[in-house]
Amino acid sequence: MTATFRLDPPADPGPGPDEPRPGPAAAGARPATRPRSARPRSARRSEARAGLAMASPAILLLLAFLIVPVLLGFVLSFTNARLVSPEPLRFVGLDNFVRAFTVDPTFFRSMVNTFAFAAVVVPVQAGFGLFLALLVNQRIRGVTAFRVIFFIPVVTSIVVVSILWKFMYQPSGVINSFIDSVTLGAWQGTAWLNDPSTALFAIIVLSVWQAVGFHMLIWLSGLQTIPEELYEAARMDGAGAWRQFKDVTWPCLRPTRIFVLITITIAALGLFVQIDVMTQGGPVDSTSTLVYHAVLTGYRQQQIGYGSALSLVFFVIVLVIALVQRHLTRDKD
Amino acid sequence: MAETARAPRARTETSEQQLRRRRRAWSYLVLVGLSVFFLFPLVFMFVSSLKPDGQLLSDIGGWRAFLPVGDISLHNYGAVFDRVPVGRFLLNSLFVTVAIVGLGLVVNSMAGFALSRMRWRGRGLVTSVVIATLIVPFETIAVPLVYWVAHLPILFLQDGTLVWDTGWLDGYQVQIVPFVANAFSIFLFSQYFSTIPTSLDEAARIDGAGWFTIYRRIVVPLSGPAFATVAILTFLPAWNQYLWPTMVVQDEKLRPVMVGMQYFFQDNPAWGEVMAYTSMITLPVLVVFLAFQRSFVSSVAASGVKG
Repeated sequence: MTATFRLDPPADPGPGPDEPRPGPAAAGARPATRPRSARPRSARRSEARAGLAMASPAILLLLAFLIVPVLLGFVLSFTNARLVSPEPLRFVGLDNFVRAFTVDPTFFRSMVNTFAFAAVVVPVQAGFGLFLALLVNQRIRGVTAFRVIFFIPVVTSIVVVSILWKFMYQPSGVINSFIDSVTLGAWQGTAWLNDPSTALFAIIVLSVWQAVGFHMLIWLSGLQTIPEELYEAARMDGAGAWRQFKDVTWPCLRPTRIFVLITITIAALGLFVQIDVMTQGGPVDSTSTLVYHAVLTGYRQQQIGYGSALSLVFFVIVLVIALVQRHLTRDKD
Repeated sequence: MAETARAPRARTETSEQQLRRRRRAWSYLVLVGLSVFFLFPLVFMFVSSLKPDGQLLSDIGGWRAFLPVGDISLHNYGAVFDRVPVGRFLLNSLFVTVAIVGLGLVVNSMAGFALSRMRWRGRGLVTSVVIATLIVPFETIAVPLVYWVAHLPILFLQDGTLVWDTGWLDGYQVQIVPFVANAFSIFLFSQYFSTIPTSLDEAARIDGAGWFTIYRRIVVPLSGPAFATVAILTFLPAWNQYLWPTMVVQDEKLRPVMVGMQYFFQDNPAWGEVMAYTSMITLPVLVVFLAFQRSFVSSVAASGVKG
């Protein structure tokens, strides 16, 4: 009963396009096995032409709206580019980065806030999601209805969610009056979003509320790939509920765990909408984040070059995390 | 002998049953409590949208905040229509969403087909580039992308003549075209297509079918679940677009619903109207979700293979 379990490919792939062994390298990695030699060269050439033709719309669009912007962002980071500018485009070397790390206190504050947000949201949302998944993975009546209910905030736009919670966080709002009645008036409400010491925490609560249902489903699909025999074997060995979780569930969830942690981390580091709708980074920069600051300077203040530099910093952070993920997934094999 | 042996076991079974029943009761208690936690803000939103502002604020202190009681009417909804062109916003979002999802299904499934079932030079390179782009969050390219689309050429008809100009800002195409090709959709399609036996292609080739015919007549009809998954996973972000349209759409007539909400971002808005607006733009999605919840759930589960 140690960690030597492996995820057996499920016998029935289910309704979705499930790939038994998760891993990005799987796409197109399965070569079509066709008797090559039996086919004339002209057929092969027409296949090559048709293949490129069918892939080309997607290739051109990805090139134009993903790859070029990434490269352009890299180049613009070293320039003084503005959205509309009388000045010619000029290379300024590392000026934008020097400015970010030395003379822009809001940037530093935004970094700290972004990491603080992620440091709380990642474990809380992952743990809460797993708890929900275990709850709705029981074979009890009506469990599907609960899955749907927990998922409803996910389909609600984060813009709507943000303005709704902003209303509820008002000094005389629903949240405060609830706390007031639970504590029998012992604790008077606070202006959650106007207080630098509570604003980020308030945003964390609604962010987890909105997104946790998504990760509940990811955990759930992981749980459902664990063969029942493993639990039966564990029970034969006299393992209780906790031992079953620790020795069967947890090791079997390894691929799911990595996926959940990485997706939550990247999403959390990209925190933007809640800030834009609820606090605009305030009060006194206590909720400004990397992406919010990049959009604020890069777009609203039209300093494209500086905003691109901040985006590049964000990109590098995400890239490092993704590389760590690849490293962790590779360990498995 | 057999009688005496059975008696104690029967007793342990009942206590086990008792334990199980108690555990189930606890489960339900927790599940119901969590349901309240996940639903109360939305109930509050829908209920509040029906109340005049005065009552809305006085109800907040108690249970009445969550009950449609008192002076209930659709007045706030009418007021929203008077204040902002919400019908226009809804149509804009609908058009942009349908275009992104529809064009995306065609473009990405063709690419998925070419990558998973055909042999051509550069396929390996394209596959690895597609996979590499999976990890690029949109937030990292938003700022340079604005600069880029502001300099893109555009052809349009003006008074019967073709006019050549630069700058994609303000328009539908700037809201649609950058989101049509999607690396993750391509990935899901090629995963699904590679589970369909290639012997079907061979047979069709021998019958003289072209590659596009094989795609159109054999692979697409067999791939309903993949199309449903991709449609669902691209529909939500398209409808919920916010960051990008706030940057590239200034013209009020072209705004999508999420940006249209900015009218209500001021410090002391008429909350009843805000709740009416948010209810209006949330309901369509909620209805679609509840109607197709089974497919939603399996789509999200399928997206878990991404890692």
